[in-house]
This record gives sequence, structure tokens and C-alpha cells, in this order.
Amino acid sequence: MEAELEGEERSGSPLSRGRDRRAERAAAKRRHNRRGFAIAALSTVVVIGGLAALVLTSSGWPAVRETFFDTTIFKESFPEVAKGFWLDIRVFMVVEVAVLALGLLVALIRTSSAPAMFPLRLLAVLYTDVFRGIPTILLVYLVGFGVPALTQADASGGGNPLSWLPTEPVVLGAIALTLSYGAYVSEVYRAGLRSVHPGQRDAALAIGLTERQAMRHVVIPQAVRNVGPPLLNDFIALQKDVALIAIIGVSGEAFRIAQIQASTDFNYTPLLCAALLYLAVTIPLARLLDRWDRGRVR
Amino acid sequence: MSTPVIAIDGVTKAFGEREVLTGIDLEIAEHEAVAVIGASGSGKSTLLRCVDLLIEIDDGDIRLDGEVVTDPAADPVSVRRRLGFVFQAYNLFPHLNVIDNVTLGITRAHGLGREEAREAARTMLARFGLEGREQESPSNLSGGQQQRVAIARAFATRPRAMLLDEITSALDPELVGEVLRAVRDLKEEGVTMLIATHEMGFAREVADRVGFLHEGRLAELGPPEQVLEHPAEPSTQRFLRRLLEAGRA
Repeated sequence: MEAELEGEERSGSPLSRGRDRRAERAAAKRRHNRRGFAIAALSTVVVIGGLAALVLTSSGWPAVRETFFDTTIFKESFPEVAKGFWLDIRVFMVVEVAVLALGLLVALIRTSSAPAMFPLRLLAVLYTDVFRGIPTILLVYLVGFGVPALTQADASGGGNPLSWLPTEPVVLGAIALTLSYGAYVSEVYRAGLRSVHPGQRDAALAIGLTERQAMRHVVIPQAVRNVGPPLLNDFIALQKDVALIAIIGVSGEAFRIAQIQASTDFNYTPLLCAALLYLAVTIPLARLLDRWDRGRVR
Repeated sequence: MSTPVIAIDGVTKAFGEREVLTGIDLEIAEHEAVAVIGASGSGKSTLLRCVDLLIEIDDGDIRLDGEVVTDPAADPVSVRRRLGFVFQAYNLFPHLNVIDNVTLGITRAHGLGREEAREAARTMLARFGLEGREQESPSNLSGGQQQRVAIARAFATRPRAMLLDEITSALDPELVGEVLRAVRDLKEEGVTMLIATHEMGFAREVADRVGFLHEGRLAELGPPEQVLEHPAEPSTQRFLRRLLEAGRA
């Protein structure tokens, strides 16, 4: 109260004092915002412009422009690479669904407590440890070349009990990716299952649900909701790693096509096509993820 | 004398080394409301959770309508379907709207059809003053409203007895009244209840008998006037005096 009176004396006009202070504060805030905007704009021009100048004036730039940014080659190769990218998208979608199912299954096995589940729990732990620990590229090699070897006919002409295994490179690549990402995603799910408050399970049991129903109708829906953003993060990583199936001879995959075209022309522009196509999918996914995260915080 | 709805007979429960309940004997007759009072950590919640088989007891027996339900061979699911439990922290399902919170149990556990269940849930919600809130998310409701949804959810299955575990402890003081009104309403209908509380006024008003739980033992049990006004046990006297000093009695 005393401070208020002092303020009135200082401002001279006691009646209009409140309004003046409000206008003053608004004006100060505007000045502050304008200043911030100006600094941001200036530093952007300096940093980006400086980097661009550094690259464009370097002695190697003309050669780089020729081998990576050739517009004629870009126009020529883009349709082919894009066609290959469609295969990437299809593989991604199939693998993603498989990963979500496998990951949830493994997470549920690991969080179960029934004694009869012990051997399965052991296998689930082994699975996540091993497949998370092996580089995805290695796994693609191992599955891509190992499984076909298993299906080879017996030299003596006898039947091979494993002859039914797939040998198609694209199928094997998809299996390798599923195994690798399933291990990551199962850990994400497990964190989600742990994040559901124990009171939720209690409440589900208290209204008369069985353990299984409590899991199905109360715990799992909340767990999945809680881990949406980290799951989407793994989707983005998977979308890029689909390119790895090229190394076991999947023809028609975007990266592989770009590689072949690059090696015939000794020009790397087709690789840039592939990179842009990947970005066209991963950047929107990343923005979606940001929005999702923001929405949850609010 | 007819069979009590709930009979707790020499129940003992320890968490590790610490014995939380020691030889509890308590019978709750049909239409009777028994309130259990006591300091926090005295074992009130544990007792209620034991009755609903949410935790296993170490010794003694609990009978529901004369049937021993703490037998290891008994099916806990069928027992819980005959009891209604309301939690201190409401524990509504945040991913379901208000009406689905109520219908989940009556459809999945009690086999009612979808439409039938929704009708029953609407009636139950209206009874506790929640008409028009059916489609809302629990997070949009006040604590008092959430707790009334929780009461509706537990009572929708028409249980043999309601177990109320400190249902007003998490509420802002001005919201306690509306929840207690809901319980008074149950009492008027003659619902059998076992209530853990530290609202003394409420225990005095709603309960037919009050039990005082002290360090895991039922130190005193009798009509509210006797236990709350003229307690015989020194521990009860001390507890009530402390509450009085804190302005809570």
C-alpha cells in the first residue's frame, strides 16, 4: 500500500497512473521483442551466409557441384529412384506393423510374472539383449545370407526340413529389420507398461476384471498412449534403415538404384535424389513427433 | 443371528518384517456400516485391500456371506465381482470417458449388453449428480466429481458390500461434502459398508459401529457415541485428543 502511494506521487497524475504503467509496460515489451527479432535475423544472415560463402568459394566447390548437383542428371534419375523409393515405403509399412506386434508381445512376456512363463521370459530377455546389441547392418547380412544357406538341399538328395524358409532377399531383409527394431520397440513398450500407475491395475481388478482383461482394457491402452512419441522416433529410424536391405541384393530399392546410376555415370546426383526422398518422409514425421510431444506437455 | 456379509477372523498381514495387521476380528452384518478409524499407517487401507483380495493375508480367514474367500483355492475374480471398492486417489481410467469408466466392469465382468450397460451407467451417474457429464474425460472433472464417478463405478455392479478406502482424504475441503452425501445416500439404501476414514464427524453420522485401529490391532470397537465420546482405551483417547487439537474432530 505504501509503495503504491509513493508511485502515485512520482507519476504526478494519480488518476491515470494505472493506465500509464500498463502502456509503458506494453511499449517496453514491444521494444524488447523487436530487438530480439532483429538480433535473430542478423545472426542468421551472418552464420548461414558465412557458411555458404565458405563452401561456395572453396576451390573444390565446382567439382562438387558437378558431381553432386547436376540438374540434368537429377531430372533423368529422379523418376527411377522415386519408383525404387515406393518399394522402401512398402517394406517400411509392413515391417512397422510387424515390429509393433513383436515388440508388444516381447514386452508382455517380459513383464509377466506367471511361473509357467519363465522359459519364455528367459528367451525374451535373450532376444532383446542379443538383437539390440548387433548392428542392424550386420543382422541384415546374417539373415540375408544365412537363411538361404539353411534351405540348401541335402547333397545326398535327401529332403531338407528347413526348405520352406524364405529365400527372397526383400523378405529376408524385412525379417532382419523386424528382429532388430522389435528388440528396441519392446523396451519402449516395457517402459510404457511400467509407467502405468499400479492403482490402475488395482482399480481394474476391483471392478471384477480378470488379470488378462485388466491388461487388455486398462493397462495396455495407457501404456501405448504414454510411449507414442518414442515409438514414432523409432519409426523414423526404421524408415531410414530400410535402405540397408540394398546390401543383400534387393533390386529396385531406392538407395540401390541411386548407387547403380551413380556408378555408371560417375556422378553422385542420384544419391542426392534418394536423400531428398528419405527427407520427404522423415521430416514430416519429425514435425508430427514435435507436435505430439508439445500436446502432451500442455 | 444371520450370517454376516463380511467376517474377518484373526487376520494377520505383514509386509516383510513389519506386521501391519495383527489378529483382526470384525464382522459386518447385512445393511450395517462399520467405520475403521486410526492414524495413517495404522493398517486401515491394508485391511480393506485384504478384504477385496488385492493383497494376500498371512493368517486368519475372511468370509463373504459365509464362504471362505481367502482360501488359496478360491477364485479372487468372482469374489471381487461381489464387492465394490472406492480408492483414495479415485483411480478412474484416464483413457476412458466417464460413462465407459462405469460400463467397463458391468460389460466385461458382469456380462451385460452394451446398451443395457449404458442405460444402467446413466442411471447410476445421475443418481450421484453426474448427469450430462457422461462423455467427459475424468481429467475435466473436479476431485469431488471424480470420486462420485468412482462410487458410481463401484456401485453399478450392485455389490454385496462397498469398501470405501479414505475416499475423502485426497479432496479439497470444500469438495468433501458432496462425496459424503453420496455415501449417506448409500447408507439410506441400506448398503453394507466397510469404511476407512479419518473424518470423525462422518464416522459418527454414517457408521453403526466404529472400530479404532492402533498399530495393527483393533483396539476398540463399538457404537460411535461410545468409541468417539467415551473411549475406553488410552490409545483411542490419545488419538482423539490429537485430532481435537488439530481441529479435525
